[in-house]
Amino acid sequence: MDKTIIKIEEIKREFLIGNETVRALKGINFSITQGEFVTIMGTSGSGKSTLLNILGCLDQPTSGIYELDKVAVKNLSKNALAKLRNEKIGFIFQSYNLLPRTTALENVELPLYYNKTVSSKERKERAENALSLVGLADRMDHTPSQLSGGQQQRVAIARAIVNDPVVILADEATGNLDTRTSYEIMALFQDLNSRGKTIAFVTHEPDIALFSNRTIVLRDGHKIKDNPVDNINIAAEALQKLPIEEEL
Amino acid sequence: MKTINLIKIAWKALQRNKTRAFLTMLGIIIGVASVIAMMAIGEGSKQSIRNQISSMGSNMLSIMPGSDFRGGVRRDNSESQSLTLTDLKALQTKSATISYISPQVNGGGQAIFGSNNWPTSIYGVGENYTDIRKLEIASGVMFTENDTKMAAKVAVIGQTIVENLFGDGTDPVGQTIRFDRIPFKIIGVLKEKGTNTFGQDQDDIILAPYTTVQKRILASEHLRSIVASAKSEEIADEAVEELSDILRVSHKLKANDEDDFHVRSQQELISTFSSTTAILTILLVVIASISLVVGGIGIMNIMYVSVTERTREIGLRMAIGGRGVDILMQFLVEAILISVTGGLIGVLLGIGSTLGVSTYLRWPTSVTSESIIISFLVCAITGIFFGWYPARKAASLDPIVALRYE
Ligand SMILES: Nc1ncnc2c1ncn2[C@@H]1O[C@H](COP(=O)(O)OP(=O)(O)OP(=O)(O)O)[C@@H](O)[C@H]1O
Ligand SMILES: [Mg+2]
Repeated sequence: MDKTIIKIEEIKREFLIGNETVRALKGINFSITQGEFVTIMGTSGSGKSTLLNILGCLDQPTSGIYELDKVAVKNLSKNALAKLRNEKIGFIFQSYNLLPRTTALENVELPLYYNKTVSSKERKERAENALSLVGLADRMDHTPSQLSGGQQQRVAIARAIVNDPVVILADEATGNLDTRTSYEIMALFQDLNSRGKTIAFVTHEPDIALFSNRTIVLRDGHKIKDNPVDNINIAAEALQKLPIEEEL
Repeated sequence: MKTINLIKIAWKALQRNKTRAFLTMLGIIIGVASVIAMMAIGEGSKQSIRNQISSMGSNMLSIMPGSDFRGGVRRDNSESQSLTLTDLKALQTKSATISYISPQVNGGGQAIFGSNNWPTSIYGVGENYTDIRKLEIASGVMFTENDTKMAAKVAVIGQTIVENLFGDGTDPVGQTIRFDRIPFKIIGVLKEKGTNTFGQDQDDIILAPYTTVQKRILASEHLRSIVASAKSEEIADEAVEELSDILRVSHKLKANDEDDFHVRSQQELISTFSSTTAILTILLVVIASISLVVGGIGIMNIMYVSVTERTREIGLRMAIGGRGVDILMQFLVEAILISVTGGLIGVLLGIGSTLGVSTYLRWPTSVTSESIIISFLVCAITGIFFGWYPARKAASLDPIVALRYE
C-alpha cells in the first residue's frame, strides 16, 4: 500500500547564462508516496519552480535520478515526456492559464484531446464530472472572462484532475487569490487528497502549508527541512473562523 | 490529436478573428478568382477557335506553294508559282489517303448586277470544293466536273453577295452577274457561314470553275493552293506525309532539297492558334500566381502573429501533454484552413466573374474542372508551405518559456 509515486535522488539543475552557471538545485533527495499532500516552501529564488518543473517532466535535471510512478524519466524522448505529462501529471499554475474565449467545459476537456484512447463522449463525461467535483457544475458553459479568479482556478484544478493523474503539481496555485478564496481552494485540495490524490504544492505562505501533511523547505537550491505537519489545519474549518468581509 | 479535432480548433481560432482571417484570405481569394476567370477565358477562346477551324472541315488539308524560308528570307507565298495542274493530277492519281481534292485560284474584283456593285473575291475551284470546305448549297446546285472541263461561266455565290447584289429580293439563281466584265450565270447560292476566327466574312465569296477563273480572269496556269480532304480525321497526319512525298516526286526534288511547298492539316492550324492562346493563358496564370504567392506571404505573416499571441496557449498545451507534432499540426491546419477557405471563396468568385464576362461582354468562356482542382491544390500547398515555418516555430517552443511568456 505504501506506493512511491515520486522518487528523486541527487537532483541538480544548472542553468548556463553566458559564461555564468546558475545552480538552481544543488542535489535534492526525497520521495513522495501515494496519498501524500506535500507543500514545497522556500524563499523566492530558492528553486521551488525549477524543482516542480522537473517533477512535472517539463524540464530535465542536469544530473540525478527521477522516477515518476516507477518510470525513469531521464533519457525519455520529447514525445514520451509529453505522453507522461498527459497521463500521469496534473498541472496547476498561479495564473490559471485557461484558454480565453473557451468554455470551462472545453478547457477541462483539453488534456483528453491529446489522449487518443479517450472517445469524445467519454471526454465530455469526464470533464463534466471533474467540473462537478470542483463545484462548478452550473458554470460549464462560462468562459474565463465570465468567472472570478477563484472559479477560474477551480476550472484549472478540474483540468488537472480530468486525466486522473498519479500526482497533482501546483505552483503557487493560491498566489493570485485573497485569503478566503485561497482557503476555499485549499479545502478543495484537501477534499481531493482525502479521495486519494497525491499532491505537491509549491507555496511561500506558511498558513497554506499547514493544510498539507508534509512540508519540504528549500533554501538556495538545498533541501533544508522535510517534516510532517503536526497539527494539520482543516481548510473548511479555517474558513468558518475567517471574519465575514461583508460586515467589515 | 485527431484530425477532426484539429480542424475544429483551427476553425474556432479563425472564428475569433473573423476580420483578420478574411483580410488574410483576400490575397488568396483574388489570386484564385483570377486564375479561374483567366483560365476560363483562355479556354473559352481556345475552344471557339477550335470549333471554328473544325467547322471549316476538320479533315481538310491545304497545300501552299513556296517554303517558309529561302536564304533566310520569308517570301510571300502568292508570289511562288510552284504548284501546277500537273501536281494536282499527280495527287489525284497517286494518293490513297484523300477523298476529295480541289485546286484553288483567286482574284479580286468588282461584282456587278444591274445597278448594284460589290468589291469581292472570286474563287476558282473544283467541283469538290464544297465537300472539302463543308459548304452547303441553300438553293440551286454546285457546278459539275463537266462545267470545269468546259470552263463554263457559271458561279455559286455566298450570302453577302446575295445581300449586296440582290438586296431587292430577286432570286439570284438563274441571273447573270459580271465579275471583271466577264458574265457568270449564277447556278447556286451557299448557306450562311458567318465570320471566322480571323474576322473574315466567309459568305463574301463567289465560287466558279478554276478553269474559267484561270483562263478569263487571271490568265495564269498556276495554282494559288490545293485543298483536299483526308479520308478521316485520324489519318490527316498520314495524308500530310503522303501528299508531301507525292509532291516531292512531282517536283523532282533531291533528298536534301527543302520542300518548295507546304502541306498543312487543320490540326496543325488548331495547334498553332492554341499555342498562341496558351502563351497568353500562361502569362495570365503567372500574374495570378504572383497574387497567390503574395496571399501566401500574408498567411505566413498572420500565422507568425498568431503564434506569438498564443505563446502561453502553446506552453499550456505542451504542459498538459501536447506533443510538438500536435502543436505543429494545429497551426498548420489553421494555415491550410485559411488558404482553402480563401480558395473556396475564390473559386466561387472566379466562376461568378466568368459568368459575368460571358454574359455582359459576350466572350466565350469555359470554366474547366482542372482549373478548379489545380487552384484548390495550389491553395492547400500555399497553406502548407507558408504555414510551415510559423507552425514549426510554435512546435519548437520550450513549454516553460512559453508558459512564462507575457
Ligand atoms: N530558465 C532559467 N534560466 C536561468 N536561470 C533560471 C532559470 N529558471 C530559474 N532560474 C534561476 O534558478 C533559481 C531558482 O528559480 P525558481 O524560479 O525555481 O525560484 P522559485 O523558488 O520558484 O522562486 P519564486 O518563489 O520567486 O517563484 C533562480 O536563481 C533563478 O534565477
Ligand atoms: Mg516560482
